[in-house]
Amino acid sequence: MSTRIQTGGRLIDRTKSVTFKFNGRKLQGYAGDTLASALLANDQMLVGRSFKYHRPRGVVASGAEEPNALVNMGEGAFFEPNQRATTTEVFDGLTATSQNHWPTLEFDVGAINTYLSRFLPAGFYYKMFMYPRAFWKHVYEPFIRQSAGLGKAPKQKDGSDYEHFYAFYDVVVIGGGIAGLQAAKTAAAAGAKVLVMEQTADWGGRAVVDGAEIDGASADAFVAATVAELQAMDNVTLKTRMMGAGVYDHGYLLGYERVSDHDPSLAGPRHRLWRIRTAQIISATGAIERPLSFAGNDIPGVLLASAVRDYLVNWGVSIGERTIVVTNNDDAYRTAIALKQAGLSVPMILDARKSGGGALAQQARDMGIRVENGKAIAKVHGGKRVTAVSICDQAGEGVVLDTIGCDAVAMSGGWSPVVHLYSHCGGKLNWDAEQVMFRPDLTRMPTNQNGQGFVMPAGTANGEMSTAATLADATARALDVVAALGKSAPTLTAPTAASEDAAAIEPVWMMPQGANIKLRMKSWLDYQNDVKVSDVQLAAREGYESVEHTKRYTTLGMATDQGKLSNINGLATLSGALNADIPQVGTTTFRPPYTPISLASIAGSARDEVFQPIRKTPMQDWHMANGADFEPVGHWRRPYCFPRAGETKAQAVEREILQTRKSLGLLDASTLGKIIVKGPDAGKFMDMLYTNMMSTLKVGKCRYGLMCSENGFLSDDGVVARIDENTFLCHTTTGGADRIHAHMEEWLQTEWWDWKVYTANVTEQFAQVAVVGPNARKVLEKLGGMDVSKEALGFMEWADGTLGGFDARVYRISFSGELSYEIAVPASQGRVFWDALLAAGAEFNVMPYGTEALHVMRAEKGFIMIGDETDGTIIPQDLGLNWAISKKKEDYIGKRAQERTFMVDSKRWKLVGLETTDGSVIPDGAYAVGEGVNANGQRNMIGRVTSTYYSPTLGRGIAMGLVLDGPDRMGETIEFPKVDGGSITAKIVDQVFYDKEGTKQDV
Amino acid sequence: MSNAVTALNGAKSTGYVTVKEAPLTGMITLRGTFASKGFAKMVKSVFGTDIPEQRKVSKGPEATVLWMSPDELMVVCDYAAAQDLVAKATAQLGDEHALVVNVSDARAVFTLSGAQLREVIAKEAPVDMSQFEMGEVRRTRFAQIAAAFWLEAEDHARIICFRSFAEYMFNLLKNASQPGYEVGGW
Repeated sequence: MSTRIQTGGRLIDRTKSVTFKFNGRKLQGYAGDTLASALLANDQMLVGRSFKYHRPRGVVASGAEEPNALVNMGEGAFFEPNQRATTTEVFDGLTATSQNHWPTLEFDVGAINTYLSRFLPAGFYYKMFMYPRAFWKHVYEPFIRQSAGLGKAPKQKDGSDYEHFYAFYDVVVIGGGIAGLQAAKTAAAAGAKVLVMEQTADWGGRAVVDGAEIDGASADAFVAATVAELQAMDNVTLKTRMMGAGVYDHGYLLGYERVSDHDPSLAGPRHRLWRIRTAQIISATGAIERPLSFAGNDIPGVLLASAVRDYLVNWGVSIGERTIVVTNNDDAYRTAIALKQAGLSVPMILDARKSGGGALAQQARDMGIRVENGKAIAKVHGGKRVTAVSICDQAGEGVVLDTIGCDAVAMSGGWSPVVHLYSHCGGKLNWDAEQVMFRPDLTRMPTNQNGQGFVMPAGTANGEMSTAATLADATARALDVVAALGKSAPTLTAPTAASEDAAAIEPVWMMPQGANIKLRMKSWLDYQNDVKVSDVQLAAREGYESVEHTKRYTTLGMATDQGKLSNINGLATLSGALNADIPQVGTTTFRPPYTPISLASIAGSARDEVFQPIRKTPMQDWHMANGADFEPVGHWRRPYCFPRAGETKAQAVEREILQTRKSLGLLDASTLGKIIVKGPDAGKFMDMLYTNMMSTLKVGKCRYGLMCSENGFLSDDGVVARIDENTFLCHTTTGGADRIHAHMEEWLQTEWWDWKVYTANVTEQFAQVAVVGPNARKVLEKLGGMDVSKEALGFMEWADGTLGGFDARVYRISFSGELSYEIAVPASQGRVFWDALLAAGAEFNVMPYGTEALHVMRAEKGFIMIGDETDGTIIPQDLGLNWAISKKKEDYIGKRAQERTFMVDSKRWKLVGLETTDGSVIPDGAYAVGEGVNANGQRNMIGRVTSTYYSPTLGRGIAMGLVLDGPDRMGETIEFPKVDGGSITAKIVDQVFYDKEGTKQDV
Repeated sequence: MSNAVTALNGAKSTGYVTVKEAPLTGMITLRGTFASKGFAKMVKSVFGTDIPEQRKVSKGPEATVLWMSPDELMVVCDYAAAQDLVAKATAQLGDEHALVVNVSDARAVFTLSGAQLREVIAKEAPVDMSQFEMGEVRRTRFAQIAAAFWLEAEDHARIICFRSFAEYMFNLLKNASQPGYEVGGW
């Protein structure tokens, strides 16, 4: 059994016990424990079920690489699935449950899959679920969804907060082990501004666990002294619980800070995502130990040798009483030695190398541990826990020589430098056959915007395996970085460590070397996704030669651990099956994040009221207080209508329209874009921007204009007012204000940079109100202050003045067909002005109206709406707007495009009005069908609806649409099938349904 | 004038940094050729200060001039004085090609006060706040919206954004400055 031993545990505080719950069971741990170490201390070895076969799985590692120990953390609003127990610090009140089991962790029905495993090989889904086609949706997918998957999705809204933080450094060191600290010290001594981040809560990394000696003292002492030294420096920032998540172009780096995961009672955000720009990155991320591929290597109780050592040294936890160590390198001997020193039993060390190990092996022998060279594990026995190990020759096919009882296996297949961050931006690797690892090729580093290397691996992450070499490399690589920054470091005495007499590692990709298929089918490569040696070999036989294809076919390395343990073993297995060298097969691509980060940290503070910026007009509070129903228009929320008690939205719209046409309506038009165009060349510029002639517009007058893109398509429309000889004010659509301002600036800055024109977007300077209806003039006269009579202020004219004491600019323009004034006042006075209009309009029963009434009234008048009649493929000519296209101008933006053959094609659908024969309303987006079918056997289309409404003014459905030969077919009827069957017939009519002569607006 | 109100009526939040919506503030957009003597003279005589250097602020007795782009300045002044200053500047420029617009109502202004205000800004704006100096102005974004800010003192900053975004900006700053949300040591 796994248990807490009497002494030891450098990270735990035995005076502070904490209580937590796992699967409803109350357990005790100590402050400083991870959830994994605390579970193991309580003999909770079984922590989950595997993804595919539901095999019992235990903790296998002690850090970020852990594939098995994923748990559901927390409850309710703080529930989060797939949390790694090995990187979760335990705290009082922690609640966790195991995942992917039914009904219980100990008894799981899905485990039947393990007996079916020979029928569930690699690519099983692809092969099995192809036919019959209909089965996928109705049989296969529901079944797979039920049985597969890891954690559950949270049901409640996340109760924690998150935020971002922008920070800038010269050098960021990722990894707080001895290499990272030494590199940081070197860079900091050169005066660089340095950030050092360590993903765990503690400095020091592996060296302190392994008891390395540095400068004649313990690694612990070196770490403490170096951290203290760095802390004292102004130019150094030290952060624990922060992981380097991803490296991106231009020195962009994400630091994932877990602020309060270890203590949720703390105020503040749970995670903080540091968005860092740095000139140089030092990746001192160490290495990860590889498992060995032998039958039963996934049975709970089989752990990485380094993890067994970590649990013992860091947390005082023994994985078993009798641990068999199996290895192909010297490092695993450290585990055997540490276990023995702690008084635990190590019945045997199986060293797959015929020639055995070096100095450490000798030390183990001297301690009385039995060491067997050239031997391997044939098979691990046990179900939910290791019970024994069968021994064989590594060189053979698995003939069992002996079976030895044990309750733990510590395995080591060698070490892989953590090259992830180095690789994110394209750093290349070399295969080091001597050390059996991929390591960074410093001649092919990831390069920054200047073509200069910017992610420097250092220490073990750079493939240096001994303490002495690690420290020397960290110093040297940091000096490289200092030089790249153009700085120089004072001469430092690099710390020294004793050289180690180690025997070379030997590659062991399968154990035993000639393992039969039965053994290979029980040798796991990827624990989380249940990929075995036999699966990768099958993929190779089926023709998957590329490692990237094999990865996707078998799902090797595609789980949440992204193959931290399985990648190298998997590709070595593939290369063996393909009879190719490992470097020829290559690795899969390392992509950020290093380990999964919370989605919420990416969103940062963008939630609830700041999820998205909502723009508000000066009158917004009134709209909200008066029950407006809002619709989004760009980032604005505009009132769609103002329903009264008991009214439906349709009824409200109808009331607003009828009252406006009958008496008086008000529209908050503040959102309309307002752009000033000024300069001696403003007229020339306006003529290029708009399809019509704007330079001839007289001061004091307004003109409706169209703007097209370079490709000829109608882009925006609005009323232009000429303010003075050199100044125009352009109204744009609500959504178009920023886009059109940018469009203007782009042309001015890139094409016509020598034209004397300035623009300014003054949209928000003004609150603008449309005062609409037969009584519009009366209400303005009641406010008083300026002459708004027909004579003084004619249709399509504007004037400055005061109204009721407000500084106002009044435009006599109409989008509704009624007598109408649009009045702009300074935004800060908008609300009071609105109130004044409501008060003055009370006697006329004034009604504010929303965007829907606006739309219906403009449709009754046959006015187009950008976004309804246009969709980015429509030119003004399609809409019969030829009257607004100047024939006299030599050029305007879009003119040439409009002359191309397909733009002048007479078969382009043209805008017409549509009147339903039965008075009903054509559904939005309906298409008109013609005779015959097209090449695909579909009915031919001859037109589509662009705007369709019930017109309360006319008491019937009206619409506008684009129809083939439309304007030539006045009076004909066309058919619009409905989605739910049946169809509507509509008569093609003129698009102006209301007051075609325009007498009502010009009074 | 008594009718004029700010977007948020002077909203305030007291976290580890105090966030306040400033009272109505005069703002004038100036566009012109900085190298032109006439333009520079106008800035000096009307606003009492020189054209600021790139990304800098220059302060006159009654107006602060912010560098916005190679041909655009923003004058910050007393709200009541803005219209007169616009008229004066326009008159003095005469025929010179330039643009002077009163945009006092187009924006909301916020102040941040407190020793840790740099850190609050660094949560929302991609700016190196460890290097940002007095006398600098930065046009940038705060989370998802455009904004500009400058320091008036080591513990006092001013932020401007479009008026319609006032509530969003206030909530951003309020959330970022809640007690317990300090970053510290960066």
